[in-house]
Amino acid sequence: MYFSGKLKTVLFATLVSLGILLEPDLLFSQQADQINQWQIQLQNPASEHAASVVWHYNAITYILTAIVVFVLGLLVYCVVRFNEKSNPNATKTSHNAFLETVWTLVPIIILVVIALPAFRLLVNEYSPPPADVTIKATGSQWYWSYTYMDEDFEFDSVMLDKTAIKDGQPYLLAVNNDVVVPVNKVIKVLITASDVIHSWAMPVFSVKMDAVPGRLSSTWFKATRTGRFYGQCSELCGKNHAYMPIAVRVVTQEEYEAWLKKAKEQFAMKEEQKEIKLSDTSSVDSQENGIYIYI
Amino acid sequence: MSAAKIAHDSTQHEHVPTGWRRYVYSTNHKDIGTMYLIFAMVAGIIGSLLSFAMRLELQEPGLQFFADGSGYNVFVTAHGLIMIFFMVMPALIGGFGNWFVPIMIGAPDMAFPRMNNISFWLLPVAFILLLMSMFVEGEAGSDGVGGGWTLYAPLSTSGHPGPAVDYGILSMHVAGISSILGAINFITTIFNMRAPGMTMHKMPLFCWSILVTVFLLLLALPVFAGALTMLLTDRHAGTPFFDASMGGDPVLYQHLFWFFGHPEVYIIILPAFGVISQIISTFSRKPVFGYLGMAYAMVSIGFVGFVVWAHHMYTSGIGFNAQAYFTAATMVIAVPTGIKIFSWIATMWGGSISFKTPMLWAVGFIFLFTLGGVTGVMLANAGINHVLHDTYYVVAHFHYVLSLGAVFAIFAGWYYWFPKITGYTYSEFIGKTHFYLTFIGVNIIFFPQHFLGNMGMPRRYVDYPEVFSAWNFVSSMGMYFTILGLVTFFIGIIHSFVRKEKAGNNPWGKGADTLEWTLSSPPPFHQFNVLPKIK
Repeated sequence: MYFSGKLKTVLFATLVSLGILLEPDLLFSQQADQINQWQIQLQNPASEHAASVVWHYNAITYILTAIVVFVLGLLVYCVVRFNEKSNPNATKTSHNAFLETVWTLVPIIILVVIALPAFRLLVNEYSPPPADVTIKATGSQWYWSYTYMDEDFEFDSVMLDKTAIKDGQPYLLAVNNDVVVPVNKVIKVLITASDVIHSWAMPVFSVKMDAVPGRLSSTWFKATRTGRFYGQCSELCGKNHAYMPIAVRVVTQEEYEAWLKKAKEQFAMKEEQKEIKLSDTSSVDSQENGIYIYI
Repeated sequence: MSAAKIAHDSTQHEHVPTGWRRYVYSTNHKDIGTMYLIFAMVAGIIGSLLSFAMRLELQEPGLQFFADGSGYNVFVTAHGLIMIFFMVMPALIGGFGNWFVPIMIGAPDMAFPRMNNISFWLLPVAFILLLMSMFVEGEAGSDGVGGGWTLYAPLSTSGHPGPAVDYGILSMHVAGISSILGAINFITTIFNMRAPGMTMHKMPLFCWSILVTVFLLLLALPVFAGALTMLLTDRHAGTPFFDASMGGDPVLYQHLFWFFGHPEVYIIILPAFGVISQIISTFSRKPVFGYLGMAYAMVSIGFVGFVVWAHHMYTSGIGFNAQAYFTAATMVIAVPTGIKIFSWIATMWGGSISFKTPMLWAVGFIFLFTLGGVTGVMLANAGINHVLHDTYYVVAHFHYVLSLGAVFAIFAGWYYWFPKITGYTYSEFIGKTHFYLTFIGVNIIFFPQHFLGNMGMPRRYVDYPEVFSAWNFVSSMGMYFTILGLVTFFIGIIHSFVRKEKAGNNPWGKGADTLEWTLSSPPPFHQFNVLPKIK
């Protein structure tokens, strides 16, 4: 009786874990916009591409966990079964062609299972739909500047220091001027730097692209929900590397247009800046996403 | 085997130099190996202190110990460089390699004993240069190299106008020359000085691991030296290799660096594989399972290690095709690595395992290395890497494979060969306490860092938003266990030297079948004056 009860428990546990395995979202589902401090998984995605990345990440994590548990199980079995007390006489086995073939081929299959679907992420990332809004982000020590390529303005985005923080904005993430973009529109981001290498990162869109002086890299995202999202410079850039966050505010089309109108006045460009901007645009239009050019 | 007896008799007629001359002028592979080990310990203490300071700073959000980010960046940089070039490499290759490669292949010494001497003595010079760099101006207005161990241009050129980076570059050049000379020495020794009957396919796996490692060193380090020289001329001679405003390209530096940098991580871990193979086989009282597969797995890891470098650069702006290729190539490395893991387990399988301290460290190594290895498979996928790149997930990954993997192997090797090197036994109780404290400590430090990476916390940050504080606090708590472990390690050494309990030639029994266990403990000043014959 005891054994059958134990067996039932084991069976139940196995079924439950299988269920979770088949549907990773069960364990990793998360609704809140803000990350919480005991969180263990990736940030709640805000674009279809990022959702796909999160799904793949979770699924692969299950496979990897299973591998680690399997290896740990074998180690524990060896420790229990083959210690010198339990097994005083060692065998002399040192070859087994079948086993060696198996543990060469099975990992190959697992790797193919992991890598092939994940290739789709890369393909997706490098097949951008036509851009609705194009923004150039320039990293400098230690702030970001944004140019709205279709409009006539640019502005700097500088981290707010502790005294300037208001309305419960997060310190080290909040900036004076957010990048504002419309929801459900394809946003193309051109990324470069003026001094050393920086990196423009936005985890909720699964976007990270180095800002390299002399190169104009590009990436894109299409936000699926509104809200204010944060990222941080992700390439060591000197003393204040930790102090140049990135804030993107995703708003509805109407709000975006209203903001655009206001921004045009607030950040109006001087004539000479316009000329520089125009030359940039013409050289960029012909470029594929992610392929760099020299400027 | 009567080699021990012969060797013992021959020492009666040896001239053994005494005092400082014995070490400073040393041409003896065992004395040089000992100096490498002591050097690694000193560097290891300094490197650990730097990391303790970093974890203290990160225990809570806000600035507690560093005035600003540049001091922190200098610690990050120095910690990385010291641990790689002045702790792990000297311990595994210079220390254990020098001590046991000649003995295991039945050779009296290294092929070029004087070159061995200069290989070692260049290292303290390089180390002092690196330490000096921390006290001269680097970034405008602050001291030290804060560019990370990767020294990416242009942060290390125009971003660091002061001379600190020049000290760092010179230090790496000198350390590189030391390693290249050592590599030439090991290759020559292993190819030419094996005892009669010691064919390549009979050589212990530790010698194989060193052989593959030194080939990697010989091929990778000159590329690093080239990249460093280009940095130097960019800084002082007006060359524009990495200066975009004059037509250069900063990404070129990354390609050159990682062409060296990726093989470098195998340079760190391959000798660890070798040490672990010897220990698992000894304490399981079984020959290594799948010897040829194990040896050629290391060779293939070495080969493939040269064609995967740009997986460190997925976000640098390299194109789709490059990322797709490097994803696929990187995945391939998991196959030979898997062969090694499973062969170690198969070696234990059916064995009669005695869980002495070295074996605990070795089993700990297998588990932690597997854990660190699988997160490498995750990071290898370019599409997923774009969210994890340069976050704490990466920090957790490479500390699991290197700082837990390689360092566990160093401690495993230390306890394994301590009786042979010193002639004294060590206390199993202290050794095991050291293991458990370290095992618990490092896991508390590094496991939560996966979570921080998932949440998006970038690397090399002196300060972080409130939301990352919980796991950072947990991580810092692990540091205290690790410090206790490190203290236990040194108590163990002192204890052994005070107790002076003789170890005997072979404290491990019949599982220990390599040549070093046929010699006295410590071995005679010159061994194998009559070469042993291997059947």
